[in-house]
Amino acid sequence: MGLLDMLKRRKVEGTEDLDNTMYLTLREERRISRENRKIMKQYEREKNRKNVPEEEYLTQMRDPSNVVEFDNLHTYFFTDLGTVKSVNGVTFDIPQGKIVGVVGESGCGKSVTSLSLMQLVQAPQGQIVEGSIRYQDINGKCYEITKMPRDKMLEIRGKEISMIFQEPMTSLNPVFKIGEQMDEVVLLHTKGATSESAKARSIEMLNLVGIADVEKVYNSYPHELSGGMRQRVMIAMALSCDPRLIIADEPTTALDVTIQAQILELLRDVKDKINGSIMLITHDLGVIAEMADYVVVMYAGRIIEQGTVREIFHNPKHPYTIGLMKSKPSGDTKDNRLYSIRGQVPNPINMPDYCYFCNRCDYAMNVCWKEYPDIVEFSESHSAACHLYYGEGLEEQKKRRVEVENNGN
Amino acid sequence: MAIEMMEYANNSDNILEVYNLKKYYPISKFVLGKSRSYVKAVDDVSFSIKRGTTMGLVGESGCGKTTVGRTILRLHEVTDGKVFFEGRDLSKIPPARLRKMRPQMQMIFQDPYSSLSPRMPIGEIIGEAVKEHKIVPKSEYRAYILKVMRDCGLQPHFYYRYPHEFSGGQRQRISIARAVALKPKFIICDEPLSALDVSIQAQIINLMKDLQEQYGYTYLFISHDLSVVEYLSDTIGVMYLGSMMEMGDKKKIFANPMHPYTKALLSAVPVSNPDVKMNRIILEGDIPSPVNPPSGCKFRTRCPNAMPICAEKAPVFKEYEENHKVACHLYSQD
Repeated sequence: MGLLDMLKRRKVEGTEDLDNTMYLTLREERRISRENRKIMKQYEREKNRKNVPEEEYLTQMRDPSNVVEFDNLHTYFFTDLGTVKSVNGVTFDIPQGKIVGVVGESGCGKSVTSLSLMQLVQAPQGQIVEGSIRYQDINGKCYEITKMPRDKMLEIRGKEISMIFQEPMTSLNPVFKIGEQMDEVVLLHTKGATSESAKARSIEMLNLVGIADVEKVYNSYPHELSGGMRQRVMIAMALSCDPRLIIADEPTTALDVTIQAQILELLRDVKDKINGSIMLITHDLGVIAEMADYVVVMYAGRIIEQGTVREIFHNPKHPYTIGLMKSKPSGDTKDNRLYSIRGQVPNPINMPDYCYFCNRCDYAMNVCWKEYPDIVEFSESHSAACHLYYGEGLEEQKKRRVEVENNGN
Repeated sequence: MAIEMMEYANNSDNILEVYNLKKYYPISKFVLGKSRSYVKAVDDVSFSIKRGTTMGLVGESGCGKTTVGRTILRLHEVTDGKVFFEGRDLSKIPPARLRKMRPQMQMIFQDPYSSLSPRMPIGEIIGEAVKEHKIVPKSEYRAYILKVMRDCGLQPHFYYRYPHEFSGGQRQRISIARAVALKPKFIICDEPLSALDVSIQAQIINLMKDLQEQYGYTYLFISHDLSVVEYLSDTIGVMYLGSMMEMGDKKKIFANPMHPYTKALLSAVPVSNPDVKMNRIILEGDIPSPVNPPSGCKFRTRCPNAMPICAEKAPVFKEYEENHKVACHLYSQD
């Protein structure tokens, strides 16, 4: 590759195509990182305060039957290339005893939403900038997670809200035995627990998740177990303190279909046994259809559609949801082409102020390039953010439909 | 010798024929001496692929489907068995001749993040082998690479970009372009979709189908995603612990799965319809270790229909209807 060729970098034919890759000068990068440091310092100072009075983080739920309510949550990452708005105004509830499924492509902010709830967002770059997350514990006390001091959060995290991570291979500590890792959770969160009672509890939990040779697993290291077994151990660990809410972040993505079926069955069983709720994060629509009661579809940091599982699967409204459903190959698909959503998720830095999906949308209209759509409600639980269903966009749709009909005649 | 040749009679319709392929990996238990035990990654697998069609190879992780793919291309040496590509036995061809044949057989790898060299611009990644094998004259080289890129949905100005500037879907397009640029006849796709999102998967599936229609490629499509395999393949092979359990036409396998393992696999696929409740066959436990596979039928430890005979004798892989072979004792007693 000669030097001349390198200089031609931008002059190959057809360069006028859409190209949203950003190149920053060093000076710009320095300026951004200086500003970021200032912002991050401010947030960190707020978080590091000691002896925060309880009134500051006590709050009221909108609906007392919910375990968790996300309200207009914004989580940003301040990177040297600019601010990434990973979660950009997310509002949804997790009712008691239900499974809420969160679907979306990678990078759409579904994991960051759950990490915000656990106060586990990578700090100091990642900060909850705006909005609130309310959590109600078993006694009906409501906490505002975003304002909660770290030491108080320790009492909730892992005990009342626990998490099952995507990769069972990397989320267990390789240098400790399974038993030691499980006992630690119990010892930390249960008052007056002894090592014997902790062991009894761990073994009870391992039994609950259907592990056959409990004593042997208890005394083995993570590398001695298969992927499915490790995921079972993760689930047992998450359950060991009777959590009110389990966050399952892609619990079956790394597993085979046969093992996936086992794990999903187990999660459903376990939910009924402890009467908890599950927030199930996945990109597999099949898993959602099978498991969830409510579905939240996210795209580029925002919720574009939410509703009960029947509403979403039988009557999807947002073009992205419709596209996702159609792009999954199934037995019914004829030998013609598979539907695919063209293009890809836009660059997360410098998101436009119009609909994020309009460059990939089949129905895109002029109004879509002007402003971000409002949320349209189709029923009490079903809503979508799309121009197709109100105001200017609806008018244009009607016009188009008339045109199509006229052409047909 | 003559008898042997008769046995491996080649059908000119088939681009690839695999007979009794075996690949054992030795485990050295001692510092000195020969190893006593082997991991039987692929144990006696035979199949053939017709020109211009797609064969799907499914199974759980660790069942040896990737090893089959790699052994066919002689990326691993064959322990035993024969692989005929276009009527020639690949396992006997000397390395220098094999190298000349390489452009005809290409591979697309699973992980687009680690299969592209981070130090090479895209044009060079796609073009390196084209130059090496002199696929096109030097004067047409650049135009040819740009044409391949256009075929695979890559914009021309990506030519001087580096892999880290691309998303997973784009990288997989680059891997496909790299394979396609050599004008191959046969492409092995080793789980090309598993690292991608659903909406991007659909794009790549369409791309692969378009390329096949346009240039008549033959694919061996290795995947654990049954819905994708169903959509893309003409024939399907189901593997378990190094052996082929069931093989046949796609339609026959999906309409009438015979082997209990295939039945369980098919029923485990989640359905995107909340009202459909599947009658699920849930397999107990995990896939056994390939170092000591169970005696008799390898699947018997997890099989819901296991019988006493399964532990004694390995079932024969036999044709029960046209283009539909099964290895199971359930169908052999009559």
